[in-house]
Amino acid sequence: MKIFVPRESFANECRVAATPQSVKKLIKLGFQIQVQTGAGHAASFPDALYEEAGAVILPQAQDGWRSADIVIAVNPPSMEEAQLLKPESVLVGFVWPAKNKELVAQLASQQVSTLAMDCVPRISRAQKLDALSSMANIAGYRAVVEAAMAFGSFFTGQITAAGKVPPAKVMVIGAGVAGLSAIGTARGLGAVVRAFDTRPAVKDQVKSMGAEFLELEFEESGEGAGGYAKEMSPAFIKAEMELFAAQAKEVDMIITTALIPGKPAPKLILADMVRSMKAGSVIVDLAAEQGGNCELTRPGEKYVTDNGVTIIGYSDLPSRLPTQASTLYANNIVNLLTDMTPDKDGVVKIDLKDQVVRGTLVTHRGDVTWPPPSIASPSPAIPAAKEPKPIPAAKKEPGVMSQPMVMGCVLISAAIFLFTAGYFLPAQFVGHLTVLVLACFIGWQVVWNVTPALHTPLMSVTNAISGIIVIGGIMQMGANWYSASSLLAAVAVLIASINIAGGFLVTQRMLGMFRKQG
Amino acid sequence: MGSLPLVWWLVASVCFIFSLGGLSRHETSRRGNLFGMIGMALAIIAAFCFKLFPAHAPGHDEAHGVEILSTGSLILLLATIGIGGVIGSILAKRVEMTQMPELVAILHSFVGLAAVLVGLANFCNMYGGGEGAEYVIHLLEIGAGIFIGGITFTGSVVAWGKLNGKFTSKPLVIPNRHLANLAMLLTCLVLILLVIWVNWWIAFFFLIIIMLISFVLGAHLVLAIGGADMPVVVSMLNSYSGWAAAAVGFMLPNDLLIVTGALVGSSGAILSYIMCRAMNRSFISVILGGFGGESSVAGSGDDGPKTYHTTNVEETAEWLVNSDEVIIIPGYGMAVAQAQHPIREICELLQKRGVLARFAIHPVAGRLPGHMNVLLAEANVPYDIVLEMEEINEDFCNTGTVLVIGANDIVNPGAQDDPSSPIFGMPVLECWKAQHVVILKRSMATGYSGVDNPLFYKENSSMLFGDAKSSIDGVLNALRGMA
Repeated sequence: MKIFVPRESFANECRVAATPQSVKKLIKLGFQIQVQTGAGHAASFPDALYEEAGAVILPQAQDGWRSADIVIAVNPPSMEEAQLLKPESVLVGFVWPAKNKELVAQLASQQVSTLAMDCVPRISRAQKLDALSSMANIAGYRAVVEAAMAFGSFFTGQITAAGKVPPAKVMVIGAGVAGLSAIGTARGLGAVVRAFDTRPAVKDQVKSMGAEFLELEFEESGEGAGGYAKEMSPAFIKAEMELFAAQAKEVDMIITTALIPGKPAPKLILADMVRSMKAGSVIVDLAAEQGGNCELTRPGEKYVTDNGVTIIGYSDLPSRLPTQASTLYANNIVNLLTDMTPDKDGVVKIDLKDQVVRGTLVTHRGDVTWPPPSIASPSPAIPAAKEPKPIPAAKKEPGVMSQPMVMGCVLISAAIFLFTAGYFLPAQFVGHLTVLVLACFIGWQVVWNVTPALHTPLMSVTNAISGIIVIGGIMQMGANWYSASSLLAAVAVLIASINIAGGFLVTQRMLGMFRKQG
Repeated sequence: MGSLPLVWWLVASVCFIFSLGGLSRHETSRRGNLFGMIGMALAIIAAFCFKLFPAHAPGHDEAHGVEILSTGSLILLLATIGIGGVIGSILAKRVEMTQMPELVAILHSFVGLAAVLVGLANFCNMYGGGEGAEYVIHLLEIGAGIFIGGITFTGSVVAWGKLNGKFTSKPLVIPNRHLANLAMLLTCLVLILLVIWVNWWIAFFFLIIIMLISFVLGAHLVLAIGGADMPVVVSMLNSYSGWAAAAVGFMLPNDLLIVTGALVGSSGAILSYIMCRAMNRSFISVILGGFGGESSVAGSGDDGPKTYHTTNVEETAEWLVNSDEVIIIPGYGMAVAQAQHPIREICELLQKRGVLARFAIHPVAGRLPGHMNVLLAEANVPYDIVLEMEEINEDFCNTGTVLVIGANDIVNPGAQDDPSSPIFGMPVLECWKAQHVVILKRSMATGYSGVDNPLFYKENSSMLFGDAKSSIDGVLNALRGMA
């Protein structure tokens, strides 16, 4: 099948749906690739590289749209472009079916199968084609870079000869993919980062990125379907606002990423909070396209308020990192097409039973197939700590004695033994027993924390020390050196001496070899 | 002399405690060894004092017969100590570090044999018999000393033979072996009790039988244990040799022997316990012997031919250089091939190139606890880049390349995820989490436990077949060529 990669016709769009690398992979899957001339120009992929990878460069976009079996794009096509598509062809790209109902109807009427990259279901298997996450990651990174450019100081704290520089304080609202990416980037630059999210489950993720998780004295989970956030109760929002108002006075930068699927972005940073911020502070609003989390955001614009706060409302952040964004997006598309081309013969099969394909498919055979039947999708599980856990009843396995019973038996037999010993055994023996038991405890205490690396030397030194049995031999030596006991004792002394000398010297040799670096 | 020798023995006991305590950390280890030597010297000198001026020897009553040394026996004693010392020093100088386990094992057997001989000598000194509770207890003590010493003696000899390959390392499993062990133990108990009622000569005969039975029992206990479990066996025998010394201490009686024997016995037992925990074995079954025999279900997961990748020294060298972190896992194969010196050089070359190269030591790698550490130390590898399993196991996911040199069971992922594996539950080094794992091995043969290793078939593992020494030399040359 023939794949066409058009140059994006959206204003200021720098991304492209295929890179020379991804073209190679697609050709391996058996596809033929046509790329519109200049498609990758803005993303630093010149035509020559595509040709080298095996693609055909088309000077005329219309030919491509008309003849292609599959069109892969970033943005939804214009009405004119859509009308060029041939029946039974496949369109892959961001479609935003909720916003572009007319376009979707048009595509359906042309018998086009549309795969919307923005509708990929949020399940583990589909993560490798989750283009929204790829873009959110880039947006989070770019948001910090934009903020850094507008911010007049270092991110990292420094103590220099010229004086101490405090670290910048950044608050990130919403710890989704974009938020976490922003946290990581800001931390990487050295800022002190705090993050807020209505979903307590992301607390650990926030902490793992090195940020402080801001918490409300309020219990309500913001976990909605599919791992996204849901709308909160008024009381919760009030508490949240108080937190933000307090933080606004303190932090240097606010990056907001709060979105609720299918709803306008919640207004979290109100006008008076912005007014309370220090001059030179920066707000980056990643929700600008959905109306913005900040009341004063002007979508698509960057401007400075009267009190000197820069508010950045760009809605094209991924496109501002075009090479990276194109690479990740192209990989997502390759992953999607790889899954749909099981035979690697260049023929895409649309399997409606495949959960991922079904979720992504927006139009098929003349029907609008959006929204798909809902699937239960997992979200990061919260440990159900609030529920009092039922205390498991003491397990009693038949035939096995319980812990207290074993302890009891041990104690009773010890008592019987000690009683017997005390009653029958001579005092001298009991005295020796005392010494033995105490020495055992000393040995245990002394050896318990030995470094494993020293096991061998320890063993050889204990071996040498156990040569103390030589004393036994010496003590048994009689006045007649030729008596049986003397001879036996002499042999014992001989081998015990080998043991003593060998053990200590070899330990010495081993210990001499251990050295510290440097 | 007063009680001076007694005080010296006290000082000697304290020295031994300091010695063991010192050996638990690198910084104090040499001082620990010195304490041990001082203690031993003091103890021997004090013993001579007793024998020359016996009035203050403990147990100087007639029953225990402490005799003054004649010139002849003094010369004999000094000669034997001298000869023994010279032989021991030569052994210690000559031994290769890779033969360390054998040396330790054979030295244990000497302690065992010495305990048997001292027991018999002690009994000879009691010619004519005696009566009363003390006499009975004394006989019991002699019996116990001979029994424990005998087990230690033959057990250590067998362990020594297994370690240097004179005996097969396969566990010897005879039917009803636990029953046989129990029967031998009971026979000895009965004989010890009978010793009390018979005259001296018959008692002597019984003691000889006890000695022979204990020889058989000791050999059998260790024969039943597979080669992979040798670290535990050696440390268990270490413990037994301590108990043998303690038993002799009861027999003589001598508090110094009891204290020292108990110190060695308990420290050996603790070492074995630590080993067992590291291998997920039951401590009790080690003490009873023969626990290595249950792994007869080798290769249970065999489902058809599996594929593995092979690699060569150049590719391995390239992976090593291009990694940020490299972890080397040595096993017994490294010891056999004497590959520790070129490995150290590889390590240094990598460090010069800014690669973080470290060693990961599994608690039971090699044939003796801490065996690998000693070998690496011999090759001049600084001990602060030689890390224990717990310290390094979490770092494998950030590691570029892992070199597994002659190790097998300690890197077997089956121990974690295959409940049917005989080594299931044993903690292992999680090397498969690294990007590349290169396994240096002679062939696809199984490890000592006889279990197939799924690691070899993993996507990110590559086999580098051949003798570990020549493979390592090859990698080293390839690395030098890249400079």
